[in-house]
Amino acid sequence: MIPELGHVALIIAFMLASGLAVLPMWGSARRDVAMMNLAPTLAVGVMLFVALAFAFLATSFLQDDFTVAVVAANSNSLLPPIFKFSALWGNHEGSLLLWVLILSGWMTAVAFFSRGLPLVMVARVLSVMGMIAVGFLAFSLLTSNPFERLLPTTPLDGNDLNPLLQDPGLIIHPPLLYMGYVGLSVPFAFAIAALIGGRLDASWARWSRPWTNVAWGFLSLGIMLGSWWAYYELGWGGWWFWDPVENASFMPWLMGTALVHSLAVTEKRGVFRSWTVLLAIFAFSLSLLGTFLVRSGVLTSVHAFASDPERGLFILIFLALVVGASLLLYALRAPAVASRVSYGPVSRESLLMINNLVFTVAATVVLLGTLFPLVMDAFSLGKYSVGPPYFNAVFVPLMALVTPFMTVAPLSRWREDSAARWLHELVVPAIGVGVIAAASSFMGQQGFNIWIGLAVLLAGWVSLGVVKDFLRRVKGKGQGPFRWRALSPSFIGMSLAHLGFAAVVLGAVVVTQENQERDLRMAVGDSEELGGYRFELKRLGQLAGPNYVAEQAVFEVSRAGELLAVLVPEKRRYLASGQVMTEAAIDASLWRDLYIALGEPIGEGAWAVRLQYKPLVRWLWLGALMIGLGAIVTVFDRRYRAQAQTRSMIEHGVVGLAS
Amino acid sequence: MKVWSYLLFIGLFLWSVDGRAVIETYEFASAELEARYHRLSQELRCPKCQNQNIADSNAPIARDLRVVLHEQLESGASDDEILAFMVARYGEFVRYRPDVDRNTIWLWTAPVLLLGLGVVALGWHLRARRSGGQSPLTPAEQARVEALLKGSRN
Amino acid sequence: MRVSRFLPLLAFSMLAALLYKGLSIDPTELPAARLGQPFPEFIKIDLKSGREITTDAMMRRPALVNVWATWCYSCRLEHPYLLRLAQQGVPIYGLNYKDDPDKALGWLEQLGDPYQLNIVDIEGSLGLDLGVYGAPETYVIGADGRILHRHVGVLDETVFSRDFSRWFPNKASVSGGAIDEGSG
Repeated sequence: MIPELGHVALIIAFMLASGLAVLPMWGSARRDVAMMNLAPTLAVGVMLFVALAFAFLATSFLQDDFTVAVVAANSNSLLPPIFKFSALWGNHEGSLLLWVLILSGWMTAVAFFSRGLPLVMVARVLSVMGMIAVGFLAFSLLTSNPFERLLPTTPLDGNDLNPLLQDPGLIIHPPLLYMGYVGLSVPFAFAIAALIGGRLDASWARWSRPWTNVAWGFLSLGIMLGSWWAYYELGWGGWWFWDPVENASFMPWLMGTALVHSLAVTEKRGVFRSWTVLLAIFAFSLSLLGTFLVRSGVLTSVHAFASDPERGLFILIFLALVVGASLLLYALRAPAVASRVSYGPVSRESLLMINNLVFTVAATVVLLGTLFPLVMDAFSLGKYSVGPPYFNAVFVPLMALVTPFMTVAPLSRWREDSAARWLHELVVPAIGVGVIAAASSFMGQQGFNIWIGLAVLLAGWVSLGVVKDFLRRVKGKGQGPFRWRALSPSFIGMSLAHLGFAAVVLGAVVVTQENQERDLRMAVGDSEELGGYRFELKRLGQLAGPNYVAEQAVFEVSRAGELLAVLVPEKRRYLASGQVMTEAAIDASLWRDLYIALGEPIGEGAWAVRLQYKPLVRWLWLGALMIGLGAIVTVFDRRYRAQAQTRSMIEHGVVGLAS
Repeated sequence: MKVWSYLLFIGLFLWSVDGRAVIETYEFASAELEARYHRLSQELRCPKCQNQNIADSNAPIARDLRVVLHEQLESGASDDEILAFMVARYGEFVRYRPDVDRNTIWLWTAPVLLLGLGVVALGWHLRARRSGGQSPLTPAEQARVEALLKGSRN
Repeated sequence: MRVSRFLPLLAFSMLAALLYKGLSIDPTELPAARLGQPFPEFIKIDLKSGREITTDAMMRRPALVNVWATWCYSCRLEHPYLLRLAQQGVPIYGLNYKDDPDKALGWLEQLGDPYQLNIVDIEGSLGLDLGVYGAPETYVIGADGRILHRHVGVLDETVFSRDFSRWFPNKASVSGGAIDEGSG
């Protein structure tokens, strides 16, 4: 009964979404206030019924209802309850439901926080989001119904959740990632609404900017968690593989990075308007494209969903409709008149243009590399692979290119600045950073390393800009020595994100350059030195977990005779599926991780063991965390709060925009 | 029929990664050879797997290729010789770092071309801006500006 | 309205067309790198006779080379069809890939032997030279000893009549298994 109720809830949600997609938009064309006013109600209605469907599916999972196909395929009676719950989105059908739930959540948030906006704007934005919801609900109902029953042949127990996904990281990674993915639909909807209304101005940018920042922040956090999970769960100690599925989330992030910066210019200066609209369309298009790539099977990936050309075709048609219509609208309606605001080649505007250039090129290059094998195959030019060596070779220089400007841009002036002033402000600290960088290139354990020097140079340079900016803001006359109130959430968020970027750069380079790794044969009593640490295998043992049995090896890690940690890597065999998994043991700290993974037993009580010393690897995720949180912090800025109160704009907006 | 296709579907499902880390204890004549082994095993794609290099894959073919790689390194083969050996047997597909050839030339040059194109566009745009933003409007544009201004004042 | 505003739409249309094409392509299918080249040189043992055999042992007319092993489940599925092909006069050479010869002999005794001879490749070196990445695989070699085609996976009547029959006219495409002039 419960799955059927869920199915009905999903159908109702689909009908409400259809109403949302049509009525407010129609109302905005007819200037029918009553119809436009339906938008928030319908949005909330969609959200409630999707949430209901989600709750019903979750119930089926928690109650081990193996008559439901997805439950039978992805859960098991022995599975711990929390994983029964997260198994809901460990598969195509369920994760699609989560996608729609989050989309409807964003719609509700827009309905709730945009009460101060002109009604036409709200109506159109929600209507556009309603159209997207219609597409995905139809996708779910027509091709991927999560409530399908396995009748009459019902299995006695479920097939189990893939052991790789039985992990806390995977409980929160998909929701966060989807928050970002789907969240990009909000700036997209604002852009489309503004194109329809024909008014792309600073206020449009101000409305859509906080949403963009939050969505982009969540995307950063989602990507971070995915990377972290791969690091500790796959047992290889790698943190980024340039797999098509990773690229699918990284491309919208890169485009989103350009968008976040371009919106800043549009909001403050009213320029780059067409470009910003285009970026908003691109960012969400890339997130739809990612959905297509992950679920259609056109590319081989280690972690794609089961491929199904029929589903692929559905998403492709939907993608073509959404993106094609948006770009057509753009072609017809983008402001034909260049704004009359002027700025010089040395100005904050031009620096942010460089940001936009580099990040757009980076996103395009990742897209090209990801699709290249497909292009070659489509034209029967042979089978090619494009992997990490290519992406690293093109991506790293691009990032190195953009980083120097990150310091200057926040310190620079809008409209017109002078290179002489930048030089004057930055030359002395720059020399300081240069000296530190030169010194640090000798700090690695393996002697002189130019890359570490360069990484310190770039990271130090970015941090320098943040510190300069901070001092400039808080040092003032009156009100004591520091004017803390001059620190707006916008500034704090930006600084946090920039420092986070510096941390990622440093972490990525240092761990790549200074990583030490050895695959060894070890028996009880053996010990090995690595990275200045001593690893001793003390004993072997067995453990029975809730749904697995494990072989364990107990290692003692010491340095200079002092015991630092006891690490217990495992090799697990999951009972339901018989799958074998490496469970690495990690001693984590800010400066280095020690990583032990257990391979196979290789006779005479010995095991193949991988020991790794990974300096500064934490900085990657810490940095990404700072980027994500920084982006989210910016929404607490006073000027965004203020907009919610300008109710008087509603009437003005109705008349002004509809004309 | 439905149940069968469903079972097949389960078999194909999600994350085809094998959760076992590949850990092998090869002996190398020198640290330099070991470093080359790690680099090459990460640049060679396993022909059978979804999207994995031979270093990380548990597939039997990946294991065989690691053995071959180790043998060839120990017997003094150069990187190019090893890559040629692999490509002769499994095609360009095995190279994660595509060789520069007639097909891939634009893959390798695209980043530079795109960036160059962008820089030119940016420079052109800034030159237009420098004139104080008083870019001359065509009569049609002028009319549109006026229409827009009028519209927003309503 | 400016024409340049339509560039993103144009670029996207091309991308969409590419993705549409991509839906009908199997990215996991690999063409044989050895296509058109001579069959790799080898000196191996024949499974049944224990004689030493070389590349010359399998020349002079179009034939199949079937890569198989007793550990390979799909090989068991295609075995009956190989027997039928052999009956119809298609010469088939076996390449017993990374297998235990005793088990392999047992398999042939139990299930029948469709092979003209069987190259024992215990360590898989010939398989590697061929570019084999899993069993079963079936190659077509021409009269001049060149590799003309490769099929990865189970060989059955559908696959044979689609991809193989042009090298073996009048054979095996007729269902029912009419025995061809008895040359096999």
